[in-house]
Amino acid sequence: MAHDRDHDDEHGHDHAHGPRDPEAARLALRAEALEALLVERGVVRRENIDAIVARYENEIGPLNGARVVARAWSDAGFKRRLLADARTAIAELALPTGDAATPIVVVENTPGVHNVVVCTLCSCYPSSLLGLPPRWYKSPPYRARVVREPRAVLREFGLALPETTELRVWDSSAELRYMVLPERPAGSEGSSEAELVALVSRDALIGVALAGPPR
Amino acid sequence: MPADARARRTWQPLAQMNAIHDLGGRAGYGRIEREAREPVFHAHWEGRVMGMVYSSLRAGWLNIDAFRHGIERMDPARYLAASYYERWLASLERALPEAGAFTPGAVPPAAGPYGFAREVGAPALFAVGSTVRVRARRPVGHTRLPGYASGKQGIVVSVRGGFVFPDTNAHGQGEQPQHLYSVRFSARELWGESAEPRTSVCIDLFEPYLDAEPAAGGARETRDGA
Repeated sequence: MAHDRDHDDEHGHDHAHGPRDPEAARLALRAEALEALLVERGVVRRENIDAIVARYENEIGPLNGARVVARAWSDAGFKRRLLADARTAIAELALPTGDAATPIVVVENTPGVHNVVVCTLCSCYPSSLLGLPPRWYKSPPYRARVVREPRAVLREFGLALPETTELRVWDSSAELRYMVLPERPAGSEGSSEAELVALVSRDALIGVALAGPPR
Repeated sequence: MPADARARRTWQPLAQMNAIHDLGGRAGYGRIEREAREPVFHAHWEGRVMGMVYSSLRAGWLNIDAFRHGIERMDPARYLAASYYERWLASLERALPEAGAFTPGAVPPAAGPYGFAREVGAPALFAVGSTVRVRARRPVGHTRLPGYASGKQGIVVSVRGGFVFPDTNAHGQGEQPQHLYSVRFSARELWGESAEPRTSVCIDLFEPYLDAEPAAGGARETRDGA
């Protein structure tokens, strides 16, 4: 998808970067100059960059995570394997994933326990499975606040957890990548695995939302 | 001159502010801005930068720790104002020449084996259930110890195996693999009276960041005596 075509400059953050913005133009020039130099030196190949960009724009995304969750809800054996060794279990599904250099750890929500994921030091995220993280996940406010006042942060996301629910925040400070296995929504008992996939949003896989019908 | 030596010479540890990236628990950052129908990239150049980072890492020109340290050395005001991919671009511009990538005829610094999991020579000092205390440790270089955990007591909830040690790998001092643990801290321990109830934070911490905490039971071995 070429998004410079449909780019919207008014999407709610505090620096402009439209095509007429001189700062954005400078960044684009810096990136272009660096790429030209690295190609000339043989450090990178343009075709490799094209392929990586295309894969993350078109193939790898939160749908992968939704498929993993739907399978776990449908197959207790798979869920056991997923919680024990997520990379190996996920490989059973033959999903379009990226470089698998980092182990994935799946943390399970239960009626008394809710999990939420952050990286306070940078932006670690299971990108090879879920695609690139949303901008808010990488933003200083989320990284600063969710370890200190996670219930307040979740309320801003529209998720008011009962006070009796234990809340576990996972700060991805090393090379493990965390994904939340949300609770299966009440009323979905008769749903097929394909129908269950549609109940799992990216935000539910991070832990800032519950699984449920798309809103 | 080998790339490691170049990197060591280029970086002047005490000449720069550090830890602007270490954001956990800081106050005053305001609302979390979300974007409806967010595209994967917000501009063409962002994808090119992402591809350059992935390619450079894979080819062994950079390791992930040197790349992160490149971001952490940005001017602090610029770090906070920059978009995500601007930070990545800034690190490429700094860390790649340090690794020799702009020098004609240079070859990638020897890349280690694939991934980050490694064998560690010594057995793990801690086990699930061990009470540990994070060392009061504030290195001027790269570390993956979040500042808010410094000096705090927690419980090991998982022993994750051996991994490349970022604190040395970022600085051309080798992988020096260390045992990694997931350690759970109560919110009360981290934030005192302002903590939210029934809340904990689990952090992945390398063995050199931790000491045994004998008072509350668990592992009693010391680093020197083990």
